[in-house]
Amino acid sequence: MWASILIASLGTYVEKLLGYLLPQAMLERESVRRMTGLLPVSLLAALVAVQTFASDQAFLIDARVLGLGVAVVALLLRAPFLVVIIAAAASTALIRWLGWMP
Amino acid sequence: MGWMGWMGWMSNHRKSGGESQSIHTNALGIGIATGAYALSFGAISVASGLSVLQTQSLSLFMFTGASQFAFVGVIGAGGGAVIAVVTALLLGARNSLYALSLGPVLTPKKKEVPYTALLTIDESTAMALRYNASRKASRRAFFATGLSVYVFWNIGTALGSLGASALSDPGVLGLDAAIPAGFLALLWPRLTAGSSSENRKMWTVAVASAALAMILIPFLRPGLPVLFSALVAVAASLLWSKTSTPAEEN
Repeated sequence: MWASILIASLGTYVEKLLGYLLPQAMLERESVRRMTGLLPVSLLAALVAVQTFASDQAFLIDARVLGLGVAVVALLLRAPFLVVIIAAAASTALIRWLGWMP
Repeated sequence: MGWMGWMGWMSNHRKSGGESQSIHTNALGIGIATGAYALSFGAISVASGLSVLQTQSLSLFMFTGASQFAFVGVIGAGGGAVIAVVTALLLGARNSLYALSLGPVLTPKKKEVPYTALLTIDESTAMALRYNASRKASRRAFFATGLSVYVFWNIGTALGSLGASALSDPGVLGLDAAIPAGFLALLWPRLTAGSSSENRKMWTVAVASAALAMILIPFLRPGLPVLFSALVAVAASLLWSKTSTPAEEN
């Protein structure tokens, strides 16, 4: 675990450094710029889906779905980010405590 | 919080009065808000199986929220170290672009580059580009915000991880639902802050990526479906580079 933390931290730091050290032209290419802008959207959306519906390699619909729904509502109401997360966690915990969903 | 989210947040919260005062007020506000967010990172990281010290190391040295959340998310889902590292790096690639746009604005001296790079994140970039009237103002905005977020992000991480590790079972608090909610909160500004045609493209990429990842869940080990979804971003950027004007992207 420590090795991967070190490598990932070093790697993300080098990514930041590169922007200052590399010649401007290399990263300024339109296709590179566009792709780097879209990558977070792809990855974050996939992470939302997988972290909500996957349990190892199986689909599992449980109380997390409710939590995500509550998060969507909170975001639509322009709630601050911490409120979004607490609302999702609290509603999930509550529905489990009530025994309505696993 | 996302780059574009902060732009919107700042335009609503900007104070009248001296510019440097407004910079410092904004920097402090952003720091506190991010610190509160770090509470959930600390808690989720410990719930994913990392130790308090490992969690803190991520906030001290990786210091880029989306990558940190993704890293512990993949570990927690049983995806393994390699996939966790690659996912974190892919999400961190945008920081290269931030640094690239900041270079001419901040013009850091050689010896300033190491810590300028560390502080290059969504929030500090947004502030530096927002206060772009002069190099001095940009630098003040960048470093005030970067330092403020760094301090509060690490304090928040420590409190969150210590708090969660004191619990016998963090799952009881619904922290497994906090993880996708956190990712959604990071994604949201990217789907809603642009022009309507830009937002439509972002939604298309997001929905396609989520769908692809879901389809792949039964076939690949945890973590890999998310990595494969990056192909949607690659395909979309190749497709749209032929059909749209360069000015649309930011």
